[in-house]
Amino acid sequence: MARGAQSLGRIRAPGLALALAIAGFLGAAVWAVAAKAAGRPGHLSAADWSALRFTILQAALSAALSVGLAIPVARALARRRFAGRGVLITLLGAPFILPVIVAVLGLIAVFGRSGLLNELLALAHLPQVSIYGLAGVVLGHLFLNLPLGIRLILQGWQAIPSERVRLAVELEGSRWRLLEWPMLQSVLPGALLAVFLICLTSFTVALTLGGGPKATTLELAIYQAVRFDFDLAKAAQLALLQLALGAAFSAVAYRSGAALGMGSGLDRRGISVAPTGRLPALADSLWIMLAAAFLLLPLVMVVADGIGGLADLPSGIGMAALRSVAVALAAAALSVALALALALGGGPLATLAGSLPLATSALVVGTGVFLMLHGLTNPTRAALPVTAALNALVGLPFVFRGISSAVEEIEANYGRLAASLGLFGRARLRLLILPRLRRPLGFAAGLAAAMSVGDLGVILLFSGGDQETLPLMMYRLMGAYRMDAAAGVALVLVMVSLALFWLFDRGGRTNADA
Amino acid sequence: MRKTHLSHVAGLCLIASGAMAETPVLTIYTYDSFTSEWGPGPAVEAAFEETCGCDLKFVAVGDGAALLSRLLLEGAGTEADIVLGLDMTLTEKARASGLFAPHSDLAPLDLPVEWTDPAFVPFDWGWFAFVADVDTTAPADFESLAASDLKIVIQDPRSSTPGLGLVMWVKAAYGDRAGEIWAALADNIVTVTPGWSEAYGLFLEGEADAVLSYTTSPAYHLIAEGDASKVAWPFAEGHYMQVEVAGKIAGTDQPDLADAFLAFMLTEGFQSVIPTTNWMYPAVTPEGGLPEGYEQMITPGQSLLLASDEAQAVREAAVEEWRAALSR
Repeated sequence: MARGAQSLGRIRAPGLALALAIAGFLGAAVWAVAAKAAGRPGHLSAADWSALRFTILQAALSAALSVGLAIPVARALARRRFAGRGVLITLLGAPFILPVIVAVLGLIAVFGRSGLLNELLALAHLPQVSIYGLAGVVLGHLFLNLPLGIRLILQGWQAIPSERVRLAVELEGSRWRLLEWPMLQSVLPGALLAVFLICLTSFTVALTLGGGPKATTLELAIYQAVRFDFDLAKAAQLALLQLALGAAFSAVAYRSGAALGMGSGLDRRGISVAPTGRLPALADSLWIMLAAAFLLLPLVMVVADGIGGLADLPSGIGMAALRSVAVALAAAALSVALALALALGGGPLATLAGSLPLATSALVVGTGVFLMLHGLTNPTRAALPVTAALNALVGLPFVFRGISSAVEEIEANYGRLAASLGLFGRARLRLLILPRLRRPLGFAAGLAAAMSVGDLGVILLFSGGDQETLPLMMYRLMGAYRMDAAAGVALVLVMVSLALFWLFDRGGRTNADA
Repeated sequence: MRKTHLSHVAGLCLIASGAMAETPVLTIYTYDSFTSEWGPGPAVEAAFEETCGCDLKFVAVGDGAALLSRLLLEGAGTEADIVLGLDMTLTEKARASGLFAPHSDLAPLDLPVEWTDPAFVPFDWGWFAFVADVDTTAPADFESLAASDLKIVIQDPRSSTPGLGLVMWVKAAYGDRAGEIWAALADNIVTVTPGWSEAYGLFLEGEADAVLSYTTSPAYHLIAEGDASKVAWPFAEGHYMQVEVAGKIAGTDQPDLADAFLAFMLTEGFQSVIPTTNWMYPAVTPEGGLPEGYEQMITPGQSLLLASDEAQAVREAAVEEWRAALSR
């Protein structure tokens, strides 16, 4: 639609080169794994095909539910103002940034066999429910990804200028048809794609809540190939299959997404004019309460579990926290820089490069990077910088998603004006784009930092022992029966991660309409 | 003044680095929980460094499977002198890499099975078992477990060594009937986790009546937490064993030090810390016997263990049998 029509004077060059560099880097990592392989990969087995089918099925269901349910919640949050709203929005984001195993244990404390829900059902003499199976996998992914859906869609709502809303109200036109539906049309494909791609490489959730080998994902097959069979040819083959799937879905999402051209206002954002009437108000409150209960109860259980473990915290906790924060800050800075360059460039290649890291098995890319580094240095010694760099790459799709639509908006609304004023290059970035990007940039940087704090997959590949981060410390304690101490570390981890997210997000919102 | 000060510092640095260069470093790759604050690592390091005149450096790499995978990725260029923490489901793969050297003569071992492996030296061992609360009625064997309403949580044999151990256990006990046993167990299995930690965590959260772990797991709760509420179920078929081993890397630049460590591994300084840090049986029983509390652990009537080449040969088919039976 509007894409390409208003591209006067955009800053393209670095974005294009970067997109190629990212795709090239991922390709090189997979290639390094394939090159190390002893033989050629065999045919995919029946078990692999059924893993592929299950992977796509659960990812599609998880994406549809996470994004579908996020719409009414985000709308309610966008148009209601109440005490504690800002804090609630921050907290609702928490499940997304938890290390998966912590999230799963919290979820089980609520929905498991001896969880809160089943205890309530037992009190009411109702039959028990079991979450294990496809339903459990989808529930787990919903818990982890609903927060992402809510935030991405909420941003869309907040990007509608309030002048537009007032105008629509005055004209007695349908706000839904004129403003909200077009906004959703531009935001939803990206949100659906993001959740779909995350679930495509799901491992711990699919396995732990899946109930058995019926719920096997491709990522497990990759894990088995790398860890148990050391069949690197097969690992590379499966990773390429995942990449191809991811690229195909990215292409579909790109085609169906569109820049809006909502029109400029006085930079006052957000639907402050809520529809009057009892029924909409009641419905909005209900959605907010339901989402809060679903997302916060497991979190409360994690906190409750962790408080007891605080007394058993290992002596190295302070250093581990510092390392985690340092890695997170580096990852966030790198991620934001990459995403900004990609978003400024825009175009299909940038979208692809901004999505691909999600569709790539972290295990295979990590293994590839390990092999590439091994010839040069001891990868273990570079554990923390490598972890930061790979975390930046893992966070890139979310950061990109978070700011690219905002950049498109700015270019669509102000691009012609800027071009006619001769505002190009660095001046355009400084005067036009960055000031309007504060909010999404703060959000994106917070997200990247918080996600990096929770990383376990990458650090496990490169760790050597003394460079312990918080998730690694938690994982090691769990492996040594110290579940209480591990719960304590998990609590510290949640706090650090939320604090980082809140600081960045808050920073981005100051002087905007907080 | 400033210059003198700097040259002093430089001199000290030179002395320090000279001293460092004279101390040989022995690098041991092991799994994560071995080197944790509560694992055997710190005590083992202190005891060995007392006598070796060396710097013992542990490099902790995930779990047993991750350990082997890291070593195979690094190949002959590895910095490891010793790899410690493989189990017998992994040793054939490790042996086939050609990276390991044969060990020298071993001290007499206290294993329930004869040890003939030319390359790998066992340092501890245990029996797999289902661990449950003491109040839960224990089934007598796999068949009565399958016939009961009891719920268990197990690990995936495609990502976890205990999970693979369970598959081997059923295979060793039931042979051709293994698939049938798994099909009967399907409705008892709450879920299958990627690793031991997740499964044990779920069990402690009350998600299952029992979890696949070790006969010695109750010793942790008893000794470290003073909690006598956990027991292991003795099964009539016998219990499959896990033997954890270490091996010397053939290309090591510290061959003598590596041999010295493998010999030290079977002495008091190493073995005595194993029962209360790794919560497994030591390969050589310490002079003072096992710590108080271990006498309450069950002793299986029969120990099951496939030789490592045999285990490697049946593994793929046994895991596929498991997958097919539970996917129905």
